[in-house]
Amino acid sequence: MRELLFIGLSAALINNFVLSYFLGICPFLGVSKRLDAAFGMGAAVTFVMTISGGLTYLLQQYALIPLGLQILQYVAFIFVIAGTVQFVELYVQRFFEPLHRAFGVYLPMITTNCAVLGVCLLVWSKSYNTLAQALTFSFFGGAGFTLAIVIMAGLRESIDFADVPRPLRGTPIALFVAAILAMAFAGFAGMGSQ
Amino acid sequence: MSSPHSLPDARDRFVRGWFAENPTYVQLLGMCPTLAVTNTLPAAVTMAAATGVVLLCSNIITSLIRRQLQPHLRILVYTLTIATFVTIVDRLLAAFAPAMSRQLGPYVPLIIVNCIIISRAEACASRQSVWTAIADALGQSGGFLLGLASLGIVREILGSGSLWGIKVLPEKFPTMLIFVLPAGAFLTLGILSGVLNAIRMRERGPR
Repeated sequence: MRELLFIGLSAALINNFVLSYFLGICPFLGVSKRLDAAFGMGAAVTFVMTISGGLTYLLQQYALIPLGLQILQYVAFIFVIAGTVQFVELYVQRFFEPLHRAFGVYLPMITTNCAVLGVCLLVWSKSYNTLAQALTFSFFGGAGFTLAIVIMAGLRESIDFADVPRPLRGTPIALFVAAILAMAFAGFAGMGSQ
Repeated sequence: MSSPHSLPDARDRFVRGWFAENPTYVQLLGMCPTLAVTNTLPAAVTMAAATGVVLLCSNIITSLIRRQLQPHLRILVYTLTIATFVTIVDRLLAAFAPAMSRQLGPYVPLIIVNCIIISRAEACASRQSVWTAIADALGQSGGFLLGLASLGIVREILGSGSLWGIKVLPEKFPTMLIFVLPAGAFLTLGILSGVLNAIRMRERGPR
């Protein structure tokens, strides 16, 4: 239990997906202009990350390794992610109508979100050896992404009222804000190392 | 036989990729490797080269099969094509440059979801001839290389006082650790694109 807690904390804060692994930068800069959109995107990504993190773990452990097909790892992973996104979209649309209205528009964009493929590969390279560990890592990785993108959106909503020098408007100032956030999150590194 | 390279369209595609449609500074695509592996110049150049090879191969294949592509399955076909070539590049890199392969870590497989490659497949290769697609891939790779190298140069000089592993700053000059850390990546890209914006605004003149 303690170990799972540590994995979660490490994935969400110490090695934040956006601010220290640079995964999911495109939505982090693109969909962080408004708070509710940012939260919707974060929730959708967390959802897909948890499911595909677990699925690719099972696939690797029980199909690719026993069959000696590790060379197909990337092709298989991206296939699973694309399939998961498609399936989740249909399922949510059919059974959870309000949820679909809330984050349906973000789902198709997630297939090419590097945070999702990133979590599948990181689960593997960190050699977690139980499904619970893989799921915890994936879920809290997504939670960390949501945290970062929501904080970012809140800050950008305030920046809209600030008088930013013209050449820095838009992306450059967003990148400066991200740099300050990354410095703040670097402070979590003292909480332990893994 | 006139070379298809001389088609204005292909040349146009090639030229645009470097500056006018630069992937890093204008299109803001492929941000993940741009920020993650540019703390030294060699890593940045290797990443740009690997991405370039994958982009070239994927553009050629996509352009060759463009008449068979089904609209609703095309994204899946793009991704699987890209994933195949990324696997090849990843294995080659692990075999011939193991140290670099370890340093780049998960960012080599993450080329699969580099939006530059998918966007080129969609915008150019799935519509135009193979030669145009090749020219486009070369131009965009060149632009990506410029983007990554500019970040790599600034971050390596300021962060470790060296360039391509060779000391260029005098010993006394303090190195700024922050430029090697993640925060420095955001900061450098912010400064560089701000400077480029300022130059572009000056060229356009006061409004």
